[in-house]
Formats: sequence, structure tokens, C-alpha cells
Amino acid sequence: MTLLSTRGLSKHFDGLQAVDGVDFDLPEGEVRALIGPNGAGKTTFVGMICGRIAPSSGSVVFDGADITALPAHKRILRGMAYTFQITSVFPRLDVAENVALAARRRLKGREMTRAVDEVLARVGLLERRDEEAGNLSYGHQRLLEIAMGLVQKPRLLILDEPTQGLSEGEIASFKELLREVAGQTTILLIEHNMSVVMETADRVSVLDFGRLLAEGTPQEIHENAAVQAAYLGTG
Amino acid sequence: MNGWVRVLALHGGLLAVLFAAQFLLPAYHHGNLARIMVLASYAIGYNILFGYTGLLSLGHALFFAAGMYGMGLGVQHLGLTPAPALLAGIAAGAVVALALGLLALRTVGVAFMIVTLMFAQAGYFTILYFSEITRGDEGFVIAQAQRVLWGIDLSASANRYFAAWALFSACLLACLWLVRMPFGKTLVAIRENEERVRMLGYDTFAHKLGAMVISGAISAAAGASYGLLFGSAGASFAGVQYSILPLLWVLLGGAGTVLGPFVGTLFMFYLIDLSSGITTAYMLIAGVVLVVLTLFAPQGLMGELRRRFWRGLP
Ligand SMILES: Nc1ncnc2c1ncn2[C@@H]1O[C@H](COP(=O)(O)OP(=O)(O)O)[C@@H](O)[C@H]1O
Ligand SMILES: [Mg+2]
Repeated sequence: MTLLSTRGLSKHFDGLQAVDGVDFDLPEGEVRALIGPNGAGKTTFVGMICGRIAPSSGSVVFDGADITALPAHKRILRGMAYTFQITSVFPRLDVAENVALAARRRLKGREMTRAVDEVLARVGLLERRDEEAGNLSYGHQRLLEIAMGLVQKPRLLILDEPTQGLSEGEIASFKELLREVAGQTTILLIEHNMSVVMETADRVSVLDFGRLLAEGTPQEIHENAAVQAAYLGTG
Repeated sequence: MNGWVRVLALHGGLLAVLFAAQFLLPAYHHGNLARIMVLASYAIGYNILFGYTGLLSLGHALFFAAGMYGMGLGVQHLGLTPAPALLAGIAAGAVVALALGLLALRTVGVAFMIVTLMFAQAGYFTILYFSEITRGDEGFVIAQAQRVLWGIDLSASANRYFAAWALFSACLLACLWLVRMPFGKTLVAIRENEERVRMLGYDTFAHKLGAMVISGAISAAAGASYGLLFGSAGASFAGVQYSILPLLWVLLGGAGTVLGPFVGTLFMFYLIDLSSGITTAYMLIAGVVLVVLTLFAPQGLMGELRRRFWRGLP
């Protein structure tokens, strides 16, 4: 069953065509990586899916319903979760409260507290639950961002470059985490780190200059000449 | 849990001290404190929008005056007794806040400040314009006979103090309760990072509107009580000055703290009172003290206390 699809989804900023007529389908349960050079339009594309950015044209269908006109918070309530590329936690609130804000729409009271601690333990931040989020290291703030996504138990989890700025060790445990979550939810993962893509994704979509350039298994994409050419420009 | 006990002890302790103070204070300070508690209730209302939700309004006099006139006009022209008049005042404030919120919350930042300021000015001129009903600038007196609530004469100083204390207690406890509720915590999160809250699935517009209505209703309750306890209503309470004052009180006392509004109101009231006893240039002294305080305690007195000693202080 297709959980998410877009048809002719486009966005232009003044003269710049950031996303250009993308037709995209994501079956339920899949881990899909979305790759492409910097500025290819990946963040803009997922921004239109979750409602942060209004599309110039095109449509988004989630779980069989056209959600193109829905405001962001209603899309989230339908089971999407979005983690920001640029870390966007609540720096002056403590770590547990950051996650609790994400959990409270779903759970209450003791159950909520338990879910928060469970997720914090999963990403390895349980001991820091009472610290101010702003005092965490950059890598830990990225993990907190992921915890805020996970605790929502979304049907579709959108992760925008979650491993950016993480250390090797942290990336390894992130892969582990992703494999655990993969069985329970559909994931759309924007990722630059090719080892993460190769090891965790079921399929890969490549975006270049706002257009969908190729789609296939990690292996196919790895061997695809056009994809390599697109990446050569950025080294 | 332990933290919660300390919080209750502090806030309950203040209310107990204020209650006991009525038997101990000399008449002059007794009268002052009654006034301060009513004005601090106004500041508590302001603080919910400014301190907790992060929305800087320059038009709260509109809500204070809506309460005062909703109560006063009801007494004057409809012959209402104090209890229904008080409710009419609160309802007037809530409705005005809802209407203003629906318009002003489409803007942010400086635009929000200007829109709220403009609407408050429009309210002020409306009061002047309908001077046949409102008695314009002069205002009107609410006679002693009209200020008897459930057989209690609110113009008598002991009763007045007790009524002010009851109002202040209700506002303080409501604020304390609110900021520990999920709704209040969401408001704080909106202040910290609204976009993130939206992307966690919250309707941030509805939350801000809710904060505006609660803030307006509390401000109106203070305005209505002020008119009832001190026996008059006047257009000056709808002026710009009465929009700026709660901002100053809250900034001085500590924005986003439950006790800050009271501390700031008390501090500023006595700062002006004491310095005017020393010199006629009292505003100069008050000004210098305020500047020094904002330099050394930029988060206000209670904000500073929280930063240094008590991180969990609500
Ligand atoms: N708000 C915006 N205003 C103008 N241009 C933008 C805006 N957001 C993104 N862009 C531009 O759109 C293009 C795609 O950006 P983005 O979606 O962030 O790419 P990616 O995430 O793939 O690196 C870039 O050229 C970027 O500069
Ligand atoms: Mg990006």
C-alpha cells in the first residue's frame, strides 16, 4: 500500500526552481533514502510534504487523502513526524520536557513520562534528562531531535540529515537505532553519509536541480552513471 | 515532588504573609498594599501573554478598561449589583481579547506591538467619544451604596483589603496552575520556538488565542475590581500609560515567573512613593534605579533568583 505520494510537486522561490514537478511514491513500511547534492531541493521537498512550505503547484497524498491544503499541525496529527536539518530543539527547556512536548499529544501522565524515558534511553540521553537542552553537545542535540521524532510513534518519519555533525561512534549507533525503528514505521531519510544510505535504506531516490533523477535499490543507485555525474560536481 | 512542595510553600507563604499583613500594617501601607495587589493581578494577566507566551502587547489597557467599564457601566446604567457587574467586566475583557486576538495574532513582533497599541488607542478614543455614557475624561464615581457585595461594603478599608487579597490569590493560583498544565507548557514552548511546536502537531494560533483570552480576562478582572474597590472609572485607565505599566512591572519582577508581577508592582510602587518623599524630581531617581536594575538583573528580580538559585522556579 502506498503511504505517501506526490504528483507534480513544485516550488519556486522568485526565479529559482527549487523543486520541479516531482512524482514520488513511498510504500508503507519502506525505508527510503533521499539523496542529492547540496541545494538539490531535498529540504524544500520534504517541507512541502509535511506542510512547512506551501507548494507552488502539485499535490500531496498521505494515507489515501489529499492533504495539500492541510496546515502543518494537522498533517502531523495524521501521523507524520519531522526532524529539522538545522537542529531545532527548545534550548532553555530541559531534555525530558523537549521530548514530553512531542509525546503529550499522544499520551498523558505516567504513561507519557514512561514513553519519554524509554525513548531517551534508546538514543542514550537518559542520564541527561534534567539538563537544559541548550547545554548538550551538538551531536546530542541531533539525537534529542531524533528522540522527539520517535516518541510520536509516527506512521511516516521524515529525517532531514540526522547524522550531520555526528561522530563515527554516534553514526554507528544511529544506524542501529534506524534498523530497530525500520520494522515499525515508514521512513523518509535525507542523508549525505553513503554508508548510512547503503546499510539502512530499502530504496533510494536521487534529487538533482529539483528533479527526480533516479530511483532504485542502494546497489543500483551506487552503480548509476547519471547519479555519479550529479555528485561529481560537488566532489 | 519535593520541588513541588517548595513551590507551594513559597507561593502559599506569600499569600499567608499578605493575609496576615492586614492586621499589622499601619493604615497608609494597608491602603497601598490593597491597591498593589489589584494592580499585581493585572500584571499577572499581562505576564501570561508576555512572559509565558512571548507576545509583547502594548495594548493591555484595553482589557483593563474593558473590565472596568464592563463592570462600571453595568452598575451605572443597568443597575447591576457588584457580583454580576464583576462577571460582566470579565466577560467584556474576554470578548475584546478574543476579537483583538483574531486580528492581531496574524502579525508577529513589532507589527503585533503596533496593532495592539492602535486598538487600545481606538478603545481609549471610543470611551471619550461616547462621553454621555462614559463621562469621558472625568469618569464617574461608583457610589458606596453600589459597592456592597453580599452584604459586605467594599469601600471599607478592611473589606477592601480582603477583597484585593482574594482577587490576587485567585489570579496567582490560577497562573501557577496554568503554567504546570500541558497548555501552559505548550505556551512556554511557543515562546521558545514556535515553528518547532507547530511541527510537533500543535495548533499554535489556537494556543496563542487562548493565552490572549485568558490574559485579557484576568486583566479585565483586575480592572473591574479596581473600579469596584476604589469607587471610580475613568478614561485615563484606558490610556497608553496603563498599557506600559504592566510591561514595566513584569520586566522588573521577572517575566515568565509566577511571583514576578507582584514583586515588580510592589517594587515600583514603593520606589516612586519613597523617592517622591525625598524630592520633586522623583521620576529621575526612579529612572536611575530602573536602569541600574535592568543592567544588573536583566531577567528581573525573580528571574535573577531563578537563574542563580532555583532553576525549577515556575
Ligand atoms: N526560503 C527560501 N528562499 C529562497 N531560496 C530558498 C529558500 N529555501 C531554499 N532555497 C533555495 O532552494 C534550493 C534548494 O534548497 P534546499 O531544499 O534547502 O536544498 P537541499 O536540502 O537539497 O540542500 C537552494 O538553491 C536554496 O538556496
Ligand atoms: Mg537540506
